[in-house]
Amino acid sequence: MRQYFGRKALIYALTFFVAVTINWMIPRFMPGDPIQGLVARAQVADPASVDAMRAHYTNLFGLDVPWWQQYVNFWAALLRGDMGISIWAFPTPVTDLIIRAVPYTLGLLIPAILLSWWAGNRFGAFAARRKWLDNTVLPIGYLLTATPYMWLALLLAWTLAILAGIFPVSHAYSFAVQPSWSWEFLGSLAVHWVLPFSSLFLVMFGGWAIGMRNLIIYELESDYANYLQALGARSRLVRGYAFRNAVLPQITGLALQLGTIVAGALVTEIVFSYPGIGHLILQAINNQDFFLLQGAFLFIVLGVLVANFIIDVVYTLVDPRTRIRMQGNAV
Amino acid sequence: MTQTDQIVLPAKRRGGETLHFALRNKKLLVGAFVVLAALVLAIAGPILHDVSPTEYIGVPGQAPGGDHLLGTTMFGQDVYSQFVHGLRSTFLVGLLGGGLAAVVGMVVGFVAGYRGGWVDEILNMVTNILLVIPTLAVLIIIAAYLKVRGVMVEALFIGFTSWPWAARAVRAQTLTLASRDFVDLARLSGVRTWKIITREIAPNMSSYLFMTFILLFGGAVLAAATLDFIGLGPTDGMSLGLMMNNAVKWSALQLGLWWWFVPPGIGITAVVGALYVMNVGLDEVFNPRLRET
Repeated sequence: MRQYFGRKALIYALTFFVAVTINWMIPRFMPGDPIQGLVARAQVADPASVDAMRAHYTNLFGLDVPWWQQYVNFWAALLRGDMGISIWAFPTPVTDLIIRAVPYTLGLLIPAILLSWWAGNRFGAFAARRKWLDNTVLPIGYLLTATPYMWLALLLAWTLAILAGIFPVSHAYSFAVQPSWSWEFLGSLAVHWVLPFSSLFLVMFGGWAIGMRNLIIYELESDYANYLQALGARSRLVRGYAFRNAVLPQITGLALQLGTIVAGALVTEIVFSYPGIGHLILQAINNQDFFLLQGAFLFIVLGVLVANFIIDVVYTLVDPRTRIRMQGNAV
Repeated sequence: MTQTDQIVLPAKRRGGETLHFALRNKKLLVGAFVVLAALVLAIAGPILHDVSPTEYIGVPGQAPGGDHLLGTTMFGQDVYSQFVHGLRSTFLVGLLGGGLAAVVGMVVGFVAGYRGGWVDEILNMVTNILLVIPTLAVLIIIAAYLKVRGVMVEALFIGFTSWPWAARAVRAQTLTLASRDFVDLARLSGVRTWKIITREIAPNMSSYLFMTFILLFGGAVLAAATLDFIGLGPTDGMSLGLMMNNAVKWSALQLGLWWWFVPPGIGITAVVGALYVMNVGLDEVFNPRLRET
């Protein structure tokens, strides 16, 4: 058991190391000079002040020391939780901005992921091998997974918010109420949450339903299912066993999909001006705020790694075979 | 029927059988039809409809059906022209990005699966690390630092970051094939590694490889759309994601200019959805167990 999780933890630690290194490398080895861009943006004509600005920015980014020392400094700052100061929301530290945005992103993502996974699996398993349902579920499911997250968000915002006026179009709560623990504020929060949540939910739902439908068909073809059927077991029972076997690849699938799902949440937030990480990233890009952008990137990587680890733990709990293999000789 | 015809038949039968089921598979046919129709539109559209997608040529905010087939944007750009040019970028990104990812994934998967040992250990480690990193986040960072971005560069970056799951899948398939008798025979008779991979292993999983490519194609299209929508799209061209980005930026939602953001989404969904449906069809054609009776 310890060996298995040790190996996993090693991979995740290495991944984090690689991600931080990429994060450090990109601005330094990219063609073009980011400082040049920052100076140019200020539109100062006087050469003396241009030089002063250059020196200031070079110092600010810590670019005036040898590269290996820059790398060590980068890690040291990171471990202190210091990701620099945002240019867009000067002088708020990047860490503060991210901590403020995280609850909104997680509040959208976690319910959307868990509910769509559960509902999609149930529905896909139910539809498999039922002629009529299968023929409707399959095309709809494929259309849903093929839909870009932001387009479904746009469609929902346009139809349900602008045309029908049922839900608000943007932001996490109405600016008429103050953030507090009052019912009024929570209600406003909930109403604003429905559309971004639904668009995330629907796209993911399609993917899980199709995945489960295909897996169930494979399982129903297998020997144990045929044998059970030959014994005269009720189809409910057979399907129950098939479902339990088909859920395992779906758990792995969830781990593989996490990156795409997070990206989907980012663009959904942008459509609804929802004040989460995606909104921060958009502001960072529009304002050339590279500290903020890189902070958000590191945070996303960290979040995905933690989620992967949780999925690993869940997998060992759900699948008895991994547990037995771990007790014997660890993989 | 003559005697010779009957002798020739068995040799040709496998290909003929696949074709027989392919032509009778509705999913495959419908999917292929939609993809081909979109491809024709992407190739012929910009040629037949010779209007610049970025030039301001008409009355701003015109609804579809007037002088302009799909109306105009808030600045008077022709939406139909943007759509067909964007569709072209979509196919370009899919082919290049998906193709590149397929090639890298296959090479890594074949080598790791066939060679085994420490080569496998290292490649597997690299694959697992890249598999966990949210690649779109990496792409966002890279694209944000690029001052000039083209469709080609975008496809290149997508291709180089989206191969890990394909490598893993190909590796698993290669492992099952590498221990078969015909591969052992080739190895015993001194055939070189590279030749065994291309002559013995790859042809036996060609259908699997093709389906992997289709999925990578769809993934690349969606990844590009996401990047473009965030505002990191091509600076010198037009794409469907960029259309949606512009529409949101200039509040097409609030102004009710639905023809600005609905067509690009339909374009992407139709192409990617049709590819996925086609993939199911292909799966049924190649895998007799899945065929509907």
